[in-house]
Amino acid sequence: MENNYIIQTVDIHKSFEKLHVLKGVSQHVSKGEVVSIIGPSGSGKSTFLRCLNMLETPEKGQIFFEGVDISDKKVNIDIHRQKMGMVFQQFNMFPHLTVRQNLTLAPTTLGKMSVDEANALAEDLLARIGLRDKADVKPGTLSGGQKQRVAIVRALAMQPDVMLFDEPTSALDPEMVGEVLDVIKGLVKTGMTSVIVTHEMGFAKEVSDRVLFMDDGYVVEEGTPEQIFGNPQNPRTKDFLSKVL
Amino acid sequence: MFIEIIENIFVKILPKYWHLFVFEGLGYTLLLSLITVLCGTILGSLLALLKMSKIPPFRWLVTAFVEVIRGTPLLLQLYIGYFLVPQLIPALSSNKFVSVSIALVLNSAAYVTEIIRSGIQAVDKGQTEAARSLGLSQAQTMTKVVLPQAVKNILPALGNEFVAVIKETSLASTFYVGDLMTQYLVVKGNTFLAMECLLVVGVIYFVVTFVLSRAVSAFEKRLKRGE
Ligand SMILES: Nc1ncnc2c1ncn2[C@@H]1O[C@H](COP(=O)(O)OP(=O)(O)OP(=O)(O)O)[C@@H](O)[C@H]1O
Ligand SMILES: [Mg+2]
Repeated sequence: MENNYIIQTVDIHKSFEKLHVLKGVSQHVSKGEVVSIIGPSGSGKSTFLRCLNMLETPEKGQIFFEGVDISDKKVNIDIHRQKMGMVFQQFNMFPHLTVRQNLTLAPTTLGKMSVDEANALAEDLLARIGLRDKADVKPGTLSGGQKQRVAIVRALAMQPDVMLFDEPTSALDPEMVGEVLDVIKGLVKTGMTSVIVTHEMGFAKEVSDRVLFMDDGYVVEEGTPEQIFGNPQNPRTKDFLSKVL
Repeated sequence: MFIEIIENIFVKILPKYWHLFVFEGLGYTLLLSLITVLCGTILGSLLALLKMSKIPPFRWLVTAFVEVIRGTPLLLQLYIGYFLVPQLIPALSSNKFVSVSIALVLNSAAYVTEIIRSGIQAVDKGQTEAARSLGLSQAQTMTKVVLPQAVKNILPALGNEFVAVIKETSLASTFYVGDLMTQYLVVKGNTFLAMECLLVVGVIYFVVTFVLSRAVSAFEKRLKRGE
């Protein structure tokens, strides 16, 4: 692929049994870009995001990551996933490991760093989110907001080129949403390329370079936050925004 | 009559035969159970791996094995082991303990296969996704993330399997392998005091399984607290 896109999808389709969830999505993300995906429940936002690191396998189309077609079965996906961090709605902390071990597991297991280096990086990352004193506790004792902040830095510990967020604040009590969004905002400011599925419209408006509106398996409309939120063109976008804003 | 039974137990049975029940009988029962569960666990782990493998014929074979074992009586399986093993391995023809053990092991392996498979599947799918999204391979995800959590489901279930096997080995007495129930048959034959012997054996079974079940529950609670 002759372009600067860090991620590019070409006409991807995905079905679950008879349910056609993605009906041909061709999109791209440039280096340093922050792309938000909004849209009604069931429109395929998560499925699309999960295709980007091949947690879902599309049955048609291609996904290029840093120029490599990772939807090709011959490609070793594990190597590429190391460079794509993902944050889940349900945090998915490893409950049997301490917070520190959650951060160091992947870098050390994958031989990316020595144990000492990984521990030092974990200290730094935990300090960044103000949770250095929690390094040696198990995640079970953390609040939802703390878990999600740790989940974010766990992904960062692999020093990824891209971060994928799937509704990172949807499972949180309202009073904890802010602290997690602040971490993501801070991260985006450092220039981290990010794809964010979110229901937080204010947040999407604030951090995004580009917003995709998905409905019924298609990206129906895309544009700058000003275009999408200020002057939506497609009736379905208008309808959706009138309900959520 | 009840008083008489109690009296017989303490006067005619226990003084003369207690060591037969407690040492030989219980000893063989525990030995047989331990062999069954240990070997059953090793074999069951391998079968569980095959059952979760990507190669369909392996999965089908294991499923068929598990279904057949679970769908037929243990006593029938013991008979088959008792007659078949010596024919397949003539060296074992004089050792019915081994033949019966093999049948018990195969039976237990089928149940352990399900214990391990369900213990692994009970680990939230999100754990696997998180690990894979970090770049861990399938094998690394299994050993570093899934199995350490699955053992918390599996170990207590294996403890309960051990308790169940202790009771099931009583069927092996059909072949006089020396377990508790065999001692019942022996002592009853000598004394003609069936009810008395049954009570003694019953109390021993109960005490052992009760204590073990309690130990398993306590262990399970400790595992759960460790999160
Ligand atoms: N593993 C799966 N098996 C079967 N159906 C699935 C699976 N994952 C998603 N679906 C279905 O695919 C459709 C799209 O799901 P998806 O999670 O992508 O929607 P979404 O836009 O993220 O919605 P939400 O805002 O509720 O998270 C839904 O109807 C969902 O039920
Ligand atoms: Mg979703």
